[in-house]
Formats: sequence, structure tokens, C-alpha cells
Amino acid sequence: MWQVLFDSLKDHNFVVLAVAMDQPEAARPWIEAAQPAYPCLIDRDHHVADLYNLVNVPQAVWIDETGRIVRPPECAGSTDAFRAMNRATSTMPEEVIAERNRIKALYVDALRDWVLKGDQSAHALSSEKASARLKLPEPAIALAHARFRLGQHLLRAGQTQEASEQFAEAIRLHPDSWNIWRQTAAKLANGFAAGPEFWARVDALGERSYHAPIDLEGVR
Amino acid sequence: MITLLNEQRETRLPDAIASGDSLWLSRENVEQALGWSWKPEGLCRDETCVPLPREHASELVRDDKLDIAAMWTHMGQPVVHDAVADTWVFGVGSHERAHALSDLNAPDFALPDLAGQTHQLSTYRGKKVLLVTWASW
Repeated sequence: MWQVLFDSLKDHNFVVLAVAMDQPEAARPWIEAAQPAYPCLIDRDHHVADLYNLVNVPQAVWIDETGRIVRPPECAGSTDAFRAMNRATSTMPEEVIAERNRIKALYVDALRDWVLKGDQSAHALSSEKASARLKLPEPAIALAHARFRLGQHLLRAGQTQEASEQFAEAIRLHPDSWNIWRQTAAKLANGFAAGPEFWARVDALGERSYHAPIDLEGVR
Repeated sequence: MITLLNEQRETRLPDAIASGDSLWLSRENVEQALGWSWKPEGLCRDETCVPLPREHASELVRDDKLDIAAMWTHMGQPVVHDAVADTWVFGVGSHERAHALSDLNAPDFALPDLAGQTHQLSTYRGKKVLLVTWASW
């Protein structure tokens, strides 16, 4: 997904670290098909989500040459366009697709601008602005990650029922985490956790976002 | 056999004793499983020492073992275990996670790729990094 961007910027002291919030065997066919030239890490226990307080995919963090966060976790160019999908035909209105593509392009352009200009880019946030945008975890979220970790361990040990109980607790404690919900939900034949339960959960969001809108100039 | 999970560590502890919500660990096991040292002044890591709660200190230590579950909870960090209490997760508290993020230094981690090669974020210092998540689901 990031290959074209990476190819055009790799000579500018830039790397993409893709982290799959996933089981290795589920991620494998995607990685083998795409053959990315950048590292693709497998995070079966969602450790990075715990560290960075992530709730969905794709989310991204921009980290500069000194290891400083210049843009805290945010949605990496995706939108809620899919919610306008005709569920019978799996089609979307053209204007919705156009708007989705426009926002994706804005995000990629902003990223390119930062890679080329560094601190001089308008999209590299000052410490003050970056701090203001940080979403910090609550105690229930830390507990949810512990429950999820235990559930993943029990699942690997074949204790499916016990694992499900831990996952149910994790979801109850951290209802905003689509990472936890979709990772542990029943999957369709194509591997997507996108059955009726998913749509019911999306519909239950009402006015709230699935992907929080990116705070970027030009994004409405 | 008790297994303790903390951060990305997974430690098997033949000498640990689980009883209800208590998990009794030797000095050596505390260090091995959690990276904290149990010292006379409390539980210590780097420059930080957290004293044992004074009013319960005698209940937390027994036969040269510490009830690390009670101590971890006292430190505001999550502890969960499975029904048969073979597996314990000692999570990291939200205050510590929040503190680590708040100084804007990207929290470090190491994860494997499909070939099993480990990649550590901090080894990419000197480059700009797009850390980006995805999933098959």
C-alpha cells in the first residue's frame, strides 16, 4: 500500500515500518502478494497499540530522525467513506469515492512534504501542537490490553473458550478499539471481520467516526 | 508451571506460587520476569523505587517471596490471570504509558517480520519513520 510512496522517497533518509495488528498466518498472504521493500512487522499481541494507544487500522505516527514524534497517532489517510456503501451491491456513490481519494492524496502529499522538508514542513507539528493532539490511555484501556494479551496467549495454547472470555472483557473495557474487536471477531470466508455484527457495530456509532478525521488542511 | 507475560517478555517460573489473586515470586524471579529489582527500599528500576505499602508490607512478604501481584496492583498497573492461574499478565499502567508518550519520544519496541528477523524502532534513528499499522481483517 505504501510501496509507491516509499520508492519515491527512500533516497531521502526515510523508511516505512508497517506493523500488522494480526496473526502471522493471516498477514502472510498479503505481504507475500505485495512484496514490499520496507519492513513488515507482525504484532500478534498488539503491543504497538498498547504503547501508542492505537484503536484502528490504518493509523500512523510520524517520527523524525531524532526519534521524536512530530505527528501523533492519527488515521493514515482513510475515511469513513465505506459507511456510504450500498451493502447489497458493495458499491459506493462516485462522489464519495472521489472525496475518499482526495483525502488519501492530501495525506500522502503532506507526508511527502515532511519527508522532503523536515521541520520546515507545515505538517511537522511543534511539540506543543503534537502534545495537544496526543490521546492518552485511561486505566481501563491498559487493563483491556492486558486481557487481550492473556486471551491471545490462551488462544495459542488451544484454550479457545477461556480466550473468548478474556476478549469479551477486553472489548467491554475498551469499546473504542476496533483493533481488539475485529481481531477477535468471527471472520467471513475472505478473512474480513465484516459480517452483520460489524455493520451493526458501525451503525451503532451514529454520528461518531470509525476513522477519526485527519486534522490536516483541506480535510473537511 | 506459572507463565508470566510482561511487555514482550514471556517467562516460565517453576518456583512461583499462585494462590487466589496472589502471586509469590522470589527476588530473582521478580527481576527475571519484570525487569524490576526487589530491594530493601522497595521495587526499583533505573532511578525509581516504589516502597512496599507500609501498612501491608508484612502481608506482602512471606518466606523470602513477594506477592508481586499485590505490589503491581499497588503500583497502579493491571494484573490479570486465567482461571487455573497458570498464566499471569502483568500489564503496564496507563499512567506509565501516558508518561512515555507525553515527552514525544517515540516509545521503542522490537517486533519480528515474517522471516523471524527482529526490527527495532530505535535502530532507525537518523531516518524519518512512518510507523503505520494495517491488518488483514
